[in-house]
Amino acid sequence: MRRNVWLALMLVLIVPVMMMTVSCAKKQVQGETAAPAAATEDEAAKKAAEEARMKAEQQRKEADAMAKQAFTNDDIYFDFDSAVITSDAQILLRNKAAYMRSNANIAVQVEGHCDERGTEAYNMALGERRAESAKSFMVNMGIDAAKISTISYGKERPVDKGHNEAAWAKNRRAHFVIK
Amino acid sequence: MAVPEFKALTPSDAETALTVGVADQVAHMLDFTGYFKLLDRASFLYDPRTSGITQAELKFANWTTVGAELLVTGGVQVQGGELILEMRLFDTFKGKLVVGKRYNGRIEDQRAMVKRFCTEVIQALTGNAGVFNSRLAFASKSEDKKEIYTCEFDGTNVQRLTNRNSISSMPNWSSDGRHLAYISFVGNSPARIVVRDLQSNLETVFDFPGTQIAPAWVPGRFELSATLTIAGDPEIYLLTGGGKVIKRITYNSGIDVDSSWSPDGKKMAFVSKRAGTPQIFVQEMDTGRIYRVTFQGQYNTQPSWSPKGDRIAYSALEEGQINIYTIDIEGNRPIRLTYNQGDNEAPSWSPDGSLIAFISNREGQSRIYVMTAIGTDQRRLLVLPGEQSLPKWSPNISP
Repeated sequence: MRRNVWLALMLVLIVPVMMMTVSCAKKQVQGETAAPAAATEDEAAKKAAEEARMKAEQQRKEADAMAKQAFTNDDIYFDFDSAVITSDAQILLRNKAAYMRSNANIAVQVEGHCDERGTEAYNMALGERRAESAKSFMVNMGIDAAKISTISYGKERPVDKGHNEAAWAKNRRAHFVIK
Repeated sequence: MAVPEFKALTPSDAETALTVGVADQVAHMLDFTGYFKLLDRASFLYDPRTSGITQAELKFANWTTVGAELLVTGGVQVQGGELILEMRLFDTFKGKLVVGKRYNGRIEDQRAMVKRFCTEVIQALTGNAGVFNSRLAFASKSEDKKEIYTCEFDGTNVQRLTNRNSISSMPNWSSDGRHLAYISFVGNSPARIVVRDLQSNLETVFDFPGTQIAPAWVPGRFELSATLTIAGDPEIYLLTGGGKVIKRITYNSGIDVDSSWSPDGKKMAFVSKRAGTPQIFVQEMDTGRIYRVTFQGQYNTQPSWSPKGDRIAYSALEEGQINIYTIDIEGNRPIRLTYNQGDNEAPSWSPDGSLIAFISNREGQSRIYVMTAIGTDQRRLLVLPGEQSLPKWSPNISP
């Protein structure tokens, strides 16, 4: 019985606190006045801690979203007719490996792409080599090979349809997709 | 060569309506081969419609005078729904009949009859069956979707073969023309080889881990080579037409791709990066000997072995432009066939070895063109929406 009373009291206290954190400033004032007179300094401290926790959670979520965005948006680039991982690409791949380590449940597909120069079949093979190079690097960084599949699109899916070096440089890429 | 208007034999209105059309069809078909220079009808001294089309009725001096070494005459007869075409090829200098044929059929069989006559003409003059019973397969891309199409040798009768609504490409005909292999992306899977039986339209999708690239039929067999990445690295394998591995052909780290077989099926040309840049190599199946064919330039791909077996056509990327060359099979005497007209790539020989189909963007969009095997008479084959790629000429397929 005594326990249930405490539980009821906790709910009475926590629900308004939760409302406060999600509502606007005006409502927050209402929330305070609506709080039972039993609110003590102790409760205020709890509230502050909870707010801090929520804020930290929010920041963590934002950081996660950014890391995820970087993981899928930061393509690694290659030189013409090459599947060699450049030093710039290594930095990005290290970040991607770190992301995969902290998100152990995800599986990814690495897409290998080429620029429009050269011929279809050769570029299809080159795209495969690029995806495989990126995968090997990740596996060497300790990522489980079973978590990474590869696919080559050759020169079929350029991100930039221009016919100049700037466009070609963007198209010679390995792109990571979370499955 | 002169191909004057044909003669209405009865004569009836139905026949008269056809005399120009049939003669034009014969002229266009023979002109397509690149063997002849067709003369302007306005220069002719004599009209076979007024007197006759047979050897006895013709005066060959009338034709040699205007520069015609060869003369085709024809007669058209329509009886009910039946069409009878009578066509003759004369050697005007010898005053001799070379080919004389009479075909009966339905009105709508006109093109088939003309094809048969033109095949006889080319057979008589060159000793081979020409190209008139061949087709081309190719890929065409619109709005990021690529499908396989086919057309007749002269770009007519375009048909869409695939409707996979993704990317399908790299068509390749079996040497009997019965099967067509190609690659296609399905869902999130890497490219898969698909073999279509063109008689039943049934398809087999090959099942291997990794990417499957550039299927190439072995002449005379239900086997094909293709690049697979089972081992991680792109290597060429010999497969059954049903999709089972017979054996691995290449052993080399780095890209091996884009195979093309000699007509006897004993040698395979392919592209390899084993020398640092993509170059064309030949592997002899019996001896295992591998030798490099191309030494000029940094990027030579898309080998296509000629039906006569003596040369390999390929694409060379030099100074930012792709051009078509042929080279003899030991790697001597490269001959450049295209110059200063945008990118020119993906050569494919006609079944008689007289013509090469290829892709050019000389007019902006990538389209299919045809030239003779020595690079003359370059012309666009057809106009379609989107961009075309990778034309592959079929063998002659008996109708």
